[in-house]
Amino acid sequence: MLPRTDPTRHDAEIPLTGSGSSGAPAEFETPAGLRAKDLLSIGDLSADEIQLILDTAEAMKEVGTRTIKKVPTLRGKTVVNLFFEASTRTRASFEIAEKRLSADTLNVAATGSSVVKGETLADTVRNLEAMAPDMIVLRHAAAGAGHLAARLCRARVINAGDGMHEHPTQALLDAMTIRQRKGRVEGLKVSIIGDLLHSRVLRSNVLLLRALGAEVCVCGPATLMLPDMARLSVRATTSIDEAVEDADVIMLLRIQLERMRGYFFPSLREYFQQFGMTVARLRRAKRDVIIMHPGPMNRGVEIASEVADGPYSVILEQVANGVAVRMAVLYLLAGARHE
Amino acid sequence: MSAWEPVGTQVSNPDRTILKGGRVVDPVNGVDGSADVLIDGGRVTRVGPNLEIEPGTVIIEVPPGCVVCPGFIDMHVHLREPGHEYKETVATGVAAAVAGGFTAVACMPNTDPVNDDAGITRLILDRAAQARLARVYPVGAVTKGQAGEQLAQIGELRAAGCVAVSDDGRPVANASLMRRALEYAAMFDMPVIDHCEDVSLAGDGVAHEGHHAAVLGLRGLPGVAEEIIVERDVTLSGLTGSPVHIAHISARGALDAVRSGKDKGIRVSCEVTPHHFTLTDEQLAGYDTNYKMNPPLREAADVEAMLEGLRDGSIDCIATDHAPHHYDEKLVEFDRAPFGIVGLETAVSICLDRLVHAGRVRLSRLVELLSVNPARVLGVPGGELTAGVPADITVLAPDLAVRVEAAAFRSLARNTPFDGWSLHGGVAATMVGGRTVYVNETVPGATSFDRRS
Repeated sequence: MLPRTDPTRHDAEIPLTGSGSSGAPAEFETPAGLRAKDLLSIGDLSADEIQLILDTAEAMKEVGTRTIKKVPTLRGKTVVNLFFEASTRTRASFEIAEKRLSADTLNVAATGSSVVKGETLADTVRNLEAMAPDMIVLRHAAAGAGHLAARLCRARVINAGDGMHEHPTQALLDAMTIRQRKGRVEGLKVSIIGDLLHSRVLRSNVLLLRALGAEVCVCGPATLMLPDMARLSVRATTSIDEAVEDADVIMLLRIQLERMRGYFFPSLREYFQQFGMTVARLRRAKRDVIIMHPGPMNRGVEIASEVADGPYSVILEQVANGVAVRMAVLYLLAGARHE
Repeated sequence: MSAWEPVGTQVSNPDRTILKGGRVVDPVNGVDGSADVLIDGGRVTRVGPNLEIEPGTVIIEVPPGCVVCPGFIDMHVHLREPGHEYKETVATGVAAAVAGGFTAVACMPNTDPVNDDAGITRLILDRAAQARLARVYPVGAVTKGQAGEQLAQIGELRAAGCVAVSDDGRPVANASLMRRALEYAAMFDMPVIDHCEDVSLAGDGVAHEGHHAAVLGLRGLPGVAEEIIVERDVTLSGLTGSPVHIAHISARGALDAVRSGKDKGIRVSCEVTPHHFTLTDEQLAGYDTNYKMNPPLREAADVEAMLEGLRDGSIDCIATDHAPHHYDEKLVEFDRAPFGIVGLETAVSICLDRLVHAGRVRLSRLVELLSVNPARVLGVPGGELTAGVPADITVLAPDLAVRVEAAAFRSLARNTPFDGWSLHGGVAATMVGGRTVYVNETVPGATSFDRRS
């Protein structure tokens, strides 16, 4: 979709632009953008907007294949990556995405900031805002932290994971991966298995997969279910065989060892026996099933290494698509007309 | 000073005064109609239609459409003094109370230090006396330091002026201790007011366990955590024969437990807050910390059950759980924000709008909920306009159009989810001991309550 540009002259061309300036290819000239100021939840997006992000991500993916992996789309834009929680994949992915779009990026991690001196999130955000960033990518341990930040600044806030609430860009990259492998999302049976209760990945994925018309089955121990799953239009089961049966996509969720204070199950060993994804269990799925995991994996807990590293696994494709999806989100938010 | 004496405001105005021409609603005396109220020496002396006016009587013309009621008593507030004066003080709290139509408040002991000691009780009463607005009835701690380990000196607290005991903010977790507290406090005619929450079920929850908290990724406070302790308390009240009062009931199962206790003749009473019969957990969507309170906003079926309880009499009182917090404390992540909202200056308008005008309860029933029953549960004077009682009077303007404006609150705090709400009904004036302590100048004619005019 994107015109291939001369890699040696990438600065002279503006193949992607958020400002609609002349010289940009017509299809990107005035991006439809996103209605909301911020991306805090998949619920902020319409089905059309989700498709737009996925289509745009396909185009962005090409940039990563170039010799010089850079376009000037976000030149002059400042993006702050504000991470209050440990993160390898998401932070690296956002930073690479920002750099490929030529944004000026700044990484603020909680351990190296005034947060250790007791500064509140509100003050941190207001101080950053005073330096006029265009976007803030926020990872925080508390649900709704992005909502608080978004109320306090004009910069657009992208939720990179807020407690047990949501992780919208993860769900988008998952959908991109599914679409690449299956050609569609609608009508597929997607089974999500693991620690449902504590998972922000689950919450974003349920909203997104339902919006795109997938049939969602969630599975885990009864102690790690959300109340009232039926209201989310998903099928809930404690039988892993039922979840795996005829699945097109199996998504494993991490057992969040740090949250396991609450008598949820007796031991990791028993969890693996009851709910671990093994090669034997996988045989009930469709022959072309794909195995996904948002990472970081607990090998031998929710997923056997033979499955994680096996032929059905698309786990590293998810990671690769993460960069493209985040480029798309940054680009579309920067181009959105708001206020 | 005894708790039976009017506290906080002296009965100071010896003037003979008549409130002329209002609708008087006084359920205890079976009055609901046009009547005059004669006040002498700070006490009600007569109530009846077209009373004869002796020379020298100050005449207050009750504005048209206004309703004269026995003073409203908010039996559950946090005045934050001593220790948290940046949130609220006794003085600002009682100013908010009278502006909200309350002539008396009962203040919870979770101050710093905790009101588990006669010295703290006296300090609160001194501050109330200086403010000379609403009466203040301190509630002492059940246990020393509200630590749930040993009984506070309940007899001494009673002598200093406490009217009840409670470890509000936390439950009395130990059932044996709760049993002894009920037995012991009853010797002094004091109810135990319990904040009912099984702490092991509640865990570190921040919002009602249900669909909305699940979607928002907020840890749940299940309704059964409340229900289980209410059931325990009702059972213990039955065992001991001592009165127990359930604070801020919110879960439908908890209300069923109260109802079945009452059916068995057990001495259990309960209160509900205006927010628990008005708002649901659906409001949490934007993570606004002004919707964070404990007990949490529950689901529609619970709200409906609270409204039914108000109607059928299984709920005795409406109390605000007025919980002032500094705005800095609320401008944080939802998980980290303190529980609670202010309520003194919005409660009466919400009650008139959502209960009376909505056809849920009649005005006389509302007066029972806000005046008659709180006085009975706490064993304090008031709740009636009977000759000889202190002239504590709330004058309602049921047809007033009210717009809630948090910035204009007399409370030091602004943490309300009702800011900007338009409500039907408000307060015209408040009198304590025959003295006007609040006049709402937006009510036409209400300035006649102001003696200076």
